Amino acid sequence: MGEAIVVTSGKGGVGKTTTSANLGTALAIMGKKVCMVDTDIGLRNLDVVMGLENRIVYDLIDVAEGRCRVNQALIKDKRFDELYMLPAAQTKDKNDISPDQVRQIIESLKPDFDYIIIDCPAGIEQGFRNAIAGASQAIVVTTPENAAVRDADRVIGLLEKSNFPSPKLIINRIRPNMMRSGDMLEIEDICQVLAIDLIGIVPDDEFVIKAANSGEPTVMNVNSRAAIAYRNIARRILGETVPLSQLEEKAGMFRKVKKFLGMG
Amino acid sequence: MLDRQEFGFPKPNFKYRREERTTVTGKSNVTIKGIKEGLVFLLDDQCDFVALLDELNAKLDKHVQQFTGPIVHIFIKLGSRQLEEEDKERIRSILRRQGNLLIQSIESDPLEVDPNLKIIPSLHTMSGIIRSGQTVEYSGHLLLLGDVNPGGTIKCTGDVYVLGALRGTVHAGVEGDEQAIIAASLMKPTQLRIADVISRPPDEWTSAEPWMEYAFLREGTMAIDKMTSLSRQRKEVMQFKGV
Repeated sequence: MGEAIVVTSGKGGVGKTTTSANLGTALAIMGKKVCMVDTDIGLRNLDVVMGLENRIVYDLIDVAEGRCRVNQALIKDKRFDELYMLPAAQTKDKNDISPDQVRQIIESLKPDFDYIIIDCPAGIEQGFRNAIAGASQAIVVTTPENAAVRDADRVIGLLEKSNFPSPKLIINRIRPNMMRSGDMLEIEDICQVLAIDLIGIVPDDEFVIKAANSGEPTVMNVNSRAAIAYRNIARRILGETVPLSQLEEKAGMFRKVKKFLGMG
Repeated sequence: MLDRQEFGFPKPNFKYRREERTTVTGKSNVTIKGIKEGLVFLLDDQCDFVALLDELNAKLDKHVQQFTGPIVHIFIKLGSRQLEEEDKERIRSILRRQGNLLIQSIESDPLEVDPNLKIIPSLHTMSGIIRSGQTVEYSGHLLLLGDVNPGGTIKCTGDVYVLGALRGTVHAGVEGDEQAIIAASLMKPTQLRIADVISRPPDEWTSAEPWMEYAFLREGTMAIDKMTSLSRQRKEVMQFKGV
């Protein structure tokens, strides 16, 4: 039976879709059978980030309304045999599907996959309720900005109310030099306010933008600092204890370690 | 006070009546007294209800001659006995037999409240994080074991004590109590309100002191002081004076 994890944030543009794509891919790299589900109906992106847009035949709404079976709507990734995605519909909106329908679809996927990564839309309305309906674990993505932290806090409150006992936190787009100079919120401060378990920090990385545009998840690129961070998060999801290393935080240290590992 | 006139019955004296009832003679459970507006029926609140009704019947029969003539307004007092509408109707039907009795009210004493509770509002303890978008409202004093995050709100008629970081908004003395205070282990609020006074740190004051502080109203404006000063400001709070 697979575990369904929703990736959410409240605020838009903090990297939910990028995180979903990279965690899904990273888990697949580690040999897990993964299905990514895009619940951002009307504004689907996950297929674009994964470079699978042109393979979509059926979508989430088609499954919900019985026009096809779940297996027909699943798209197999072009790089990994064990990685699938269920795209959102682009023509409908969030109110065209109910949390119960999403829950049923996720339940029907669970027996066939180890992990189901649900990409949540921004906001806390129907789309959010749909996305969290089938999940049993939640990852909250935030960036080191006050607005994003505020929205993450709101979402954590809603998740706790919806019986997610311990959501996990990812702090995305960290600029180590800005953080060191005090121009960016400290990781420590963010964790103190949000008071949930930190599962990973991801440095800001130009590779991420490049990768998203070319439809290749960043995590495939061994030269990317963000890729290592995402792989570490995937390992933590699998239950490994991976310390929050300095290399995720400090570019200088990072290079040294990379050289030491023979990657630089 | 209302004028009282004797009406052929002993002047009600509760203390006396109760004491006597415990003796074998069996003191009357129905006491009727006259007031300016009419008659007050004091019905004993300890005895059996059926016995009470019987006695009421008997009393009316006995004094039937006094209940003729002009309309008399009746006020029925049940003491601490709480009655359902059905039972009240039974009392009414008995009194209705006398044509000139008009029932104005059937009243029980308000439920007894511990007088101590009125003077000192209870302190309610809760734990958890008040996150953005969440509001806690409480009537009385509130002790929060946890944080109030930016965007979170506590509204309280009394004091608010936060054993944690106060980063959100707290409104103490919501109903106008200017004596209310707001105390926090870490005082970094978005906004503080006491009664009708609203204060916006850091425009109006700043504080990053490492010790516990509290906010209070000093001549209508918000002030912050360290916790140890509270005893000087609030004399009525129980104070530790040493042994």
